[in-house]
Amino acid sequence: MSALFDILASAGLWAAVLRIATPLILATLGALISERAGVLNLGIEGIMTFGAMSGWLAVFNGADLWVGLLVAALGGAMFGLLHSVLTVTLGLSQHVSGLGVTLFASSFAYYVFRLMVPVAGTPPTIEPFRPLNIPALSDLPFFGPAFFTQTAPTYLAIGLAIALAYLIARTPVGLAIRMTGENPHAAEAQGLNPMAIRYGAVIFGSALMGVGGAFLTLSAFNSFFPTMVQGRGWICIALVVFASWKPERALLGAILFALFDAFQLRLQTVLSGVVPYQIFLMIPYLLSIAALAVMARRARVPQALMQPYRRGER
Amino acid sequence: MTDIVLDIRNVSKRFGDNLANDDISLSLGKGEIAALLGENGAGKTTLMSILFGHYVPDTGSVSVMGQTLPPGKPRAAIRAGVGMVHQHFSLAPNLTVLENVMTGTESLWSFGSNVSAGRKKLIEISQRFGLKVDPDARLGDLSVGEQQRVEILKALYNDARILVLDEPTAVLTKLEAETLFSTLKDMARQGLSLIFISHKLDEVMATADRIVVLRGGRQVAERKVGDTSKAELAELMVGRKVTRPVREASTPGEVVLEAAGITVRSGGVDRLKAIDFRLRAGEVLGIIGVSGNGQAVLAQLLSGTIGRSAGDLVLFGKGGGDLTVADAVSSGIGRIPEDRNRDGAIGEMAIWENAVLERLPEFSKGGLVDRKAGIAFATRIIEGFDVRGGSPTSRIRLLSGGNMQKLILGRNLIEHPKILLAAQPARGLDEGAVAAVHERILEARKAGTAVLLISEDLDEVMALADRIQAIVGGRLSPSVNAEDVDAQRLGLMMAGEWEGATDAV
Repeated sequence: MSALFDILASAGLWAAVLRIATPLILATLGALISERAGVLNLGIEGIMTFGAMSGWLAVFNGADLWVGLLVAALGGAMFGLLHSVLTVTLGLSQHVSGLGVTLFASSFAYYVFRLMVPVAGTPPTIEPFRPLNIPALSDLPFFGPAFFTQTAPTYLAIGLAIALAYLIARTPVGLAIRMTGENPHAAEAQGLNPMAIRYGAVIFGSALMGVGGAFLTLSAFNSFFPTMVQGRGWICIALVVFASWKPERALLGAILFALFDAFQLRLQTVLSGVVPYQIFLMIPYLLSIAALAVMARRARVPQALMQPYRRGER
Repeated sequence: MTDIVLDIRNVSKRFGDNLANDDISLSLGKGEIAALLGENGAGKTTLMSILFGHYVPDTGSVSVMGQTLPPGKPRAAIRAGVGMVHQHFSLAPNLTVLENVMTGTESLWSFGSNVSAGRKKLIEISQRFGLKVDPDARLGDLSVGEQQRVEILKALYNDARILVLDEPTAVLTKLEAETLFSTLKDMARQGLSLIFISHKLDEVMATADRIVVLRGGRQVAERKVGDTSKAELAELMVGRKVTRPVREASTPGEVVLEAAGITVRSGGVDRLKAIDFRLRAGEVLGIIGVSGNGQAVLAQLLSGTIGRSAGDLVLFGKGGGDLTVADAVSSGIGRIPEDRNRDGAIGEMAIWENAVLERLPEFSKGGLVDRKAGIAFATRIIEGFDVRGGSPTSRIRLLSGGNMQKLILGRNLIEHPKILLAAQPARGLDEGAVAAVHERILEARKAGTAVLLISEDLDEVMALADRIQAIVGGRLSPSVNAEDVDAQRLGLMMAGEWEGATDAV
């Protein structure tokens, strides 16, 4: 029992939690805003992969790390545009289109990667983001190493979650997005353009997914390999439901999931040999399902989610 | 007429072969209530969609306060002060009342939303017109009548001077409708101009100053309310004389269905409280009451979709357990559900499929659906019950309300059921269809069917029922003979005043 407590009390655990949570926060926010406007974007897994690749590739070719993030955002936005054309303009099934985007974007990412980077024994690396040293805060005992030794994108992700929470709850554009996700006909009756709002939300959301993916190659790690997103996109789709479509809860959910994950990593070392480590790999997912079952039962789904909007039709 | 606020000039609109509006002109004065009266498909909604900019007219123009509106621009109509209250509300159930009202009223790029100013304006309007509503309530938690209030407030919040209401009472209970009309009159007194679309003669006569009658896309008459009568309007609207059928005397047969002290408890509440009634062959028993007093549960009980908690249900002299839906069908209980779109028909399925669905075993051969027999059956119903506007293979959604109801009636009556359970059978139907439905119900009664009529329409119950019981808060009054009561006494019964009354025989 004391072993478990020791894990929780180590600053390293909490530093890892924020690091693991960052891509989840970004991509969950992206999926969330798009769903708030009524469009499910299952392209997330592929868009994250493409973001991870394109951001890394830009930096590998000499660009600044921040430019890398921007390239990843643009790459994500491009696939968001594709998903919007298919689901908003053409009104196709959002599930099918999203899965198509995922398959296409991840293969395309690998294709471009192989085209640009010759096969080598060890994958080529870049110089990733360094932890940000915040005067005073970073030097605090325990809290310093636990919470204030992150890289800049992590703080960006947390700030973004708060900003989006404000945007959705308090601004006219947030209300317009929510109305479009609840009842696009009502939005139009009030003089808004639901098609344009959906395009905007999907493209912006996809850009965030791209940035989320790029965090993996530009901060958490320093090279790209095609399977590195490892189902994080699907976790984000579940986190949106867990968060009841609220950005502030998405932040919480991502951190909670990251905590499970960081915890099991350390548990593996403590209990190695007693139980097969694969058991621990399952833990975050099992706990996520349990948390989802508890939290999501009272969630209010956007009423027009997954319903194509056609003008003049009811 | 003094100030003309709205002037519709020579508007025509064609959809394919169908001339939906044929050279229609209409003007509206300040503070006036005009009714647009017509059957379904007369072109009322098309005309109002042109006014609101949803459709572009082929010819003609619309001007508001002397300014001609650009065709096909809803935004311009809103800005000119035209507000539209749609029959199907344009509201989001998960958002609050205030959010529904404020959507799209502020610049999308402003950094914050002035919620407190919005709330103040909403409360002001709601007090001024007596439209009471809680700005922070979630819309989905409101009743249909309250949601309509929000829809009206939304238009007023956009500074509407002309309010168009498309069949505003179609979804309301009688009580809610009365409240609505007194609000509308109050708005007119305060200088707003209103047009409401309707096919209900009573409400048109009671509310409007002026009545414009449309039939088949043409404007057939315009009358001041003082210069006309219900009978004349009905004739103008339908194009021929419509008379509702009259109930002939009959001798009821034996008791086919008896409820003794039935209580139904669901969700921790007694929805029906120890109710008693007896239904005999060849009679119509009317259950009258304001919606939401247990009618729906009573209908579910007899359709076999909900069970009893206490009491006995005796069917054809045999008591026993709860009915199942299959029991109800096989023992000859025909059912006309209250909400035909939700419980009576599956919109996207063909008419013939809807006709045979509840008796599928009769229409299957070797495990497959006998399509040919099904279509033949549907054809018989269509011909026998005068269902217009669709073939057996077209989707039932495309039928008008009246024709869908005729099909549902036909599906039940064609095999001469022993019991017919009719819940609000004429709700939302136009005058011609009401007469047709009533006629069929009386025919069934003559043929020996026992009819349980659940309705909140006094005229309907008094015209059709032999005996009447009122339902209030899940309790059922003793029955009275229709001959012995007048509207006033029934009104009292609907309010729960039946002390000392005993069952009529």
